[in-house]
Amino acid sequence: MNKARHNPLNMVAMHGALILYTLIALFPVFVILINSFKSRRAIFREPLALPNADSFSMIGYETVMKQGDFFLYFQNSMIVTVASLSFILLFGAMAAYALSEYQFKGNLIMGLYLALGIMIPIRIGTVAILEMMVATGLVNSLWALILVYTAQGLPLAVFILSEFMRQVSDDLKNAGRIDGLSEYTIFFRLVLPLVRPAMATVAVFNMIPIWNDLWFPLILAPAEETKTLTLGSQVFIGQFVTDWNAVLSALSMAILPVLVLYVIFSRQLIRGITSGAVK
Amino acid sequence: MNRPRFRWHILVFLAPAVLVYTAVMIFPLFNTLRLALYTEIDQSRVFVGLQNFQTLFFDPIWSEQFWNALGNNFWFFLIHMLVQNPIGIALAALLSHPRLRFAALYRSAIFIPTILSFVIVGFAWKLILSPIWGIAPSMLDAVGLKSLFAPWLGKEEYALTTLALISVWQFVGIPMMLIYAALLTIPEEILEAGEIDGITGTAAFWKIKLPLILPSIGIISILTFVGNFNAFDLIYASQGALAGPDFSTDILGTFMYRTFFGFQLQLGDPHMGSAIAGAMFAIILVGVCIYLFGIQTRMRRYQL
Repeated sequence: MNKARHNPLNMVAMHGALILYTLIALFPVFVILINSFKSRRAIFREPLALPNADSFSMIGYETVMKQGDFFLYFQNSMIVTVASLSFILLFGAMAAYALSEYQFKGNLIMGLYLALGIMIPIRIGTVAILEMMVATGLVNSLWALILVYTAQGLPLAVFILSEFMRQVSDDLKNAGRIDGLSEYTIFFRLVLPLVRPAMATVAVFNMIPIWNDLWFPLILAPAEETKTLTLGSQVFIGQFVTDWNAVLSALSMAILPVLVLYVIFSRQLIRGITSGAVK
Repeated sequence: MNRPRFRWHILVFLAPAVLVYTAVMIFPLFNTLRLALYTEIDQSRVFVGLQNFQTLFFDPIWSEQFWNALGNNFWFFLIHMLVQNPIGIALAALLSHPRLRFAALYRSAIFIPTILSFVIVGFAWKLILSPIWGIAPSMLDAVGLKSLFAPWLGKEEYALTTLALISVWQFVGIPMMLIYAALLTIPEEILEAGEIDGITGTAAFWKIKLPLILPSIGIISILTFVGNFNAFDLIYASQGALAGPDFSTDILGTFMYRTFFGFQLQLGDPHMGSAIAGAMFAIILVGVCIYLFGIQTRMRRYQL
């Protein structure tokens, strides 16, 4: 092996740099989490110390539980995210199949039309979206958010999924046709199971931006019963700025679900990004 | 020969996606651009042509805010390009080293801020930088730099740069991942061929790897551009709709929100809001076109 490429001193320097940056990346999250379990005095006296028997306190969490309806917010975020992802995957896969499988007039144009939305953010159309939602009575309902996120996620989903569907073997589909399967059965029974990894990639890509979005919940569904967790914690924290225990606990409660999701899906996410899905 | 039967299933497969996408994305987009040409007089909608844009660009009250937001937005973008992307590339270069242990661990940890919401990030940093809590000053004190501390988010001259750096902290994971993916596709033979010619270590990065990942750098640049020019959440979460202090952190997203939704005593004006959205659309379109026609087509792609 060539020595110049694997110098041990370089290795130490590389680990040093990476550890330093990892600390920078994790430090704020760590500070918030440990301080959320401390009493008010301990938060200010020793902000960097871990909570011990003396300083441990759940007072912040108690305030949050009493004041904010975090379970409702969490449930709303869950409904919106899961419903939007299902629609993105189902509609996106169907459109991707039509574009990649069949030759028809306007195929290319349709593909380009659907790809337009990859680069243009849907937020530009907010004024008209709000007007439309008011006119149809969908404002302050979770449907408004689900529709918007579905529309926002479709372009990239169609793009990624049609790349993958082109790789599904024609022989398989033709064998199905000879056996008399309908085009729908071929799609749902033969093709969809084969592109499952690509579907997972699309799902993980869309999940985080939908869960974390503040703009559309703020504009389309700010009512108490439709608040998402992101908007709910924003409003809650805004009201309790001076109650540090409550703010730190609310932040921790907002961090935890995402962190859990990330631990579950991080391999999928990283594999999705590194497999070059965004080329 | 008969004309082939109309293939209904193609329509069925395409219809849901095309309908939702057209109704909720494309139609409102053009409708917003159309609304920018109207105004409201005595509670009825009146067509005024380009007058809203004229107000936006030249009326002293509006134009001062608009150019301020646009200038701030460019500064926001510049910081991302100068700090976020180089750090992302450097981290990716370190992570892609073939002999590095714990690479997956570092990668997952550094990506964590990217998955957090702006609300969490905005407030977390607000608390850490707060002079009341004192984490930032006491940490600076520990390395003997206490005199450098200032309430960065509260000072007009620092607030925007501080927020841009917070955003960089949050999103460095994205360029890191994309560049990392690009570096992994470089075949070992090319690097070995370089080694035989005596090109190793840092030289190999600058002379072999960097030219090969230029297309990915182009992609992260345009993603950064589009993301920054419709940013809103971080500023809103940490500084509020007024983008304080004294509008020094106002960018196009917060300006548009204030204008069309209204805040405090100012009533919302959907038509001026649409005009700002139109300006944002034009800026993003110009950026994407420069990328597609000016950069991407001229970039040499190496067949690997």
